[in-house]
Amino acid sequence: MKKAAQHSEPKPIKIELVSDPMYLCGARELVSCIAHRVGFGDMECSKIALALDEAMCNVIRHGYNKETDRPIWLTIYPQKPDADSFGGIEIIIEDEAKQINPEKIVGRDLEDIKPGGLGVHIMREVMDEVIFEKRESKGMRLRMSKSAPRPDEAPRIGQRSSSQTQAQRQVS
Amino acid sequence: MAASDNDFVRIENPAAGVTVLVPTADIDMSRSPDLRSSIKEELKPGLDRMIIDLSEVQYMDSSGLATLVEAMRLAKKDSVGLHLASMTDKVRAIFEIARLDAFFSIKDTRQDALDA
Repeated sequence: MKKAAQHSEPKPIKIELVSDPMYLCGARELVSCIAHRVGFGDMECSKIALALDEAMCNVIRHGYNKETDRPIWLTIYPQKPDADSFGGIEIIIEDEAKQINPEKIVGRDLEDIKPGGLGVHIMREVMDEVIFEKRESKGMRLRMSKSAPRPDEAPRIGQRSSSQTQAQRQVS
Repeated sequence: MAASDNDFVRIENPAAGVTVLVPTADIDMSRSPDLRSSIKEELKPGLDRMIIDLSEVQYMDSSGLATLVEAMRLAKKDSVGLHLASMTDKVRAIFEIARLDAFFSIKDTRQDALDA
């Protein structure tokens, strides 16, 4: 998958959210809608939305200690198919939470069944690449990307499914 | 049908000793606390079986999973049979991603859960 800085068209979308869980649904709908447009099927769109949800929940829960008025910046890079790839999606989530060593962000052992601690595992399971890093100024940045399926595995750009149309309506 | 403390979870009692909880919207970080409260409230002495009917849930995140893991532990402690029923494919997928599908008693329909 190409690096974010090399994207030409379409332009990314960047929005600022507050760390209130009630807005998670809007972020999920947005990323699901865009994922549909770059060729992911219904199930994969739902999983990508889940990965985003888990990432934002981690920021709210662990980064901001459930404070509901802190900023979270969400940037989505839709990647159209070209000669080198089938396209895909890259999601960047940034915050102003306390910086931590990215190497210490790990999921729990799945054999140890207990409430909580599944978010990082889910993100890594759903997305092709998950990278935590410290922002230059303050806070943390999470980059997640996933390549779109082959054209014969899912509807492509311009092939609007009924669920895609529904997702777009929900966002608009 | 009994009233619930919140609008998000509908409570039904189809038979003696059986309580069915029906969450009526997506289960995420903003709604999991309501589901947790309803489960704890309904796990009363004398209850034989609790069914959580997920047919109206189109989306669940790991906070919902955590709530259900906690519910399963409480139910086992109280010797209550806890069954999850009528999951959509998208909700079932998160159980599989978290490898929790074998941890729960998952039934295709509410009737299957009543008959189990």
